[in-house]
Amino acid sequence: MSRIVHKFTRKVPHWQPRVTPVDLQEATEEQLDALQVTPSNTKVSDYVLTLAHDVESLKVRSPLFNAIMYDPGGMSRAERELGAIGASMVNRCIYCAAVHADRHAKLEKDTAVTDELFAKGEKADLSPRNRAIFDFARKLSESPVDAAPEDMAKLREAGLSDEEILDLILSAALFGWANRLMHVLGDPVRQEVPA
Amino acid sequence: MSIFDSTTLKAAGIAQGPVAAAAETRTKIIEATQAAEDAVLSPRDPGAFPHDLRAALAARLATAGGEPALAERYLDKAGAMVALADPARDGVAEGFGTVVAFFDKAANRTRDIAAEDISSLQAEGIADADIVRLCELCAFMAYQLRVVAGLRLMKGEAA
Repeated sequence: MSRIVHKFTRKVPHWQPRVTPVDLQEATEEQLDALQVTPSNTKVSDYVLTLAHDVESLKVRSPLFNAIMYDPGGMSRAERELGAIGASMVNRCIYCAAVHADRHAKLEKDTAVTDELFAKGEKADLSPRNRAIFDFARKLSESPVDAAPEDMAKLREAGLSDEEILDLILSAALFGWANRLMHVLGDPVRQEVPA
Repeated sequence: MSIFDSTTLKAAGIAQGPVAAAAETRTKIIEATQAAEDAVLSPRDPGAFPHDLRAALAARLATAGGEPALAERYLDKAGAMVALADPARDGVAEGFGTVVAFFDKAANRTRDIAAEDISSLQAEGIADADIVRLCELCAFMAYQLRVVAGLRLMKGEAA
């Protein structure tokens, strides 16, 4: 038995698809190529097998995702994770929020920021720089027109460079994308151990 | 192709200045964004959603999201499906009522999506592969809209 997780947590749940994922045994050459299945790597997640239904998108999405979250320069990795968390909290994507809160805590070697965010949401007590970053990500995620010139001004006041602001826009926007796959196509679940 | 010819930078009006310079440090990302746009708007295998229908839904989302310059670029490709680009129309007359209702909710009220929203598409006979295709289109557009809106704000220009 499994139950759906409704509360934000850093403990990453299992993801259960609402549609039937591609069966690896029946995958086409193009799907296998996009899944990067090799004889030594045949373990593919249900999420990736679900996305393999649209193989053309899957193929281009992974390099884009990795470049936005991990390419060197610009904004720190932890701050990009904060952009991802802002979007995921707005869209209530419990799975994405868990994965990226966990990464944020590991990168920072500190759970204080994500503890505070999950406990108090937008009223969280954050440093001025984290506050500016989180608020911008949150508003851009609510609706593209919600982010206003004042929010941009706060990013500059907090000391963000143009390169860092661009990385924040990209990471928050990317999770506008990821949340609409994860949260829409499946449920975050925990396996219940029978008593 | 220069990154400044990409849909995203064109729609945001980025051609020179400090925002353009920042974008040039992320050339790979802008190029990959264009490749993703091509994959969701004009895939070789469009499944149940032909290119003109995809363009109409993309324009619909860009209009609802307050980005008319982006909407314009997709409207041009909406052909016979152009009626669906109007966010005020529900798509029922065109035979796409369930698809349009789902698309709007996934785009604009993402947090409210539940298992029933997916089962209602399945009940209409929409294949799982097409449900994934529809979500990818919606999800990519949500991303592109926010990149365009963010770049425009960076440049200090209202929509």
